[in-house]
Amino acid sequence: MGEVLKVGIAELKVAKAPVNLSSAGLGSCVGICLYDPRARIGGLAHIMLPDSNQARNTTNKAKFANTAVPFLVTEMLKLGAVKERIIAKIAGGAQMFVFPGASDFMRIGERNVDATKKALAEERIPLTAQDTGGNYGRTIELCTTTGKLYIRTIEHGEKFI
Amino acid sequence: MVKDFQSLTNFQLDALREIGNIGAGNAATALSELIGERVDMGVPHIDVRHFSEVPEIVGGPESFVAGIYIKISGSAPGEILLLFPVEDAKQLLYILLKEHSILSRQAFDQLECSALMELGNILAGSFLNALATMTSLKYIPYVPGFCADMAGAILGAVLHDLGIMGDHVLYIKTDLRFQANKHVGGYLFFLPEAESLETILNTLGVNS
Repeated sequence: MGEVLKVGIAELKVAKAPVNLSSAGLGSCVGICLYDPRARIGGLAHIMLPDSNQARNTTNKAKFANTAVPFLVTEMLKLGAVKERIIAKIAGGAQMFVFPGASDFMRIGERNVDATKKALAEERIPLTAQDTGGNYGRTIELCTTTGKLYIRTIEHGEKFI
Repeated sequence: MVKDFQSLTNFQLDALREIGNIGAGNAATALSELIGERVDMGVPHIDVRHFSEVPEIVGGPESFVAGIYIKISGSAPGEILLLFPVEDAKQLLYILLKEHSILSRQAFDQLECSALMELGNILAGSFLNALATMTSLKYIPYVPGFCADMAGAILGAVLHDLGIMGDHVLYIKTDLRFQANKHVGGYLFFLPEAESLETILNTLGVNS
């Protein structure tokens, strides 16, 4: 096993092969993985909210989909990644709790996924794979050597995307 | 004005710890009456942590837990989250329902989910009753939600409401242990929103 950087809730990290990136226990949060296959540089953001414009305290860019994507790109470019080569894979955005008569606000997972896709489109980053939705948690690890994203769950198996 | 959870004084934290103590004491008594066994309660732990650190408190983001989540509206909105390691939740259900098959499965069937949600309802209700008496504020609990999964996934879904305000969470955590089997237990988290904290501190007369 090589070195793995752990990315917690509302955090963001970048790494160069052979250092991998992982996020454990993604629920309604979304793990945004960006990857430059040529430079073998990866970035992972564990976002918990869709939009910084709805929040009062926006100093932590890693917390929101709309600010995490451009920030992640900037950090990867510093490591030597090339913007045009970057691709994206995302996982998470589940709805963990179901409440009777739940309002829009409770569908936070879905809103996180939509906001992530929008932010990626704005940066012109192609989304090549995703494993989102459902009602279960996911642990993910981005292999910076191959660009494969490993996803593990408790009752819904494991896979690579 | 509570600008951020980290600016709370020790005096204010003590006042909140006391609220947690009485609230959780009430909840433990309710639980004890429900299961017909003595329930011991630990000293409430109050802390302010960054979101990324919270899953570690309950055994890491991947630990398999059962969560009962109760949103609170009213004059001081917030959240109550009850977390039990899955095996402990199963033991608890066995005490409640006396069915051996409960212990042989990892999954929770509909009856088990309902039982745990009702348990959450009763515990949250007794916690909030104590809180209401002490602060003269009105707390309205929502219908509980239930989920058994990774602790990180459950906490993430609960913390996002508080995430709009800042990166830190103030929580009052109390351990509940059953007398018959001291290794079985769970946690009660009370998570007030930042503005509610202000309201609560005001009514307690400790907001400087």
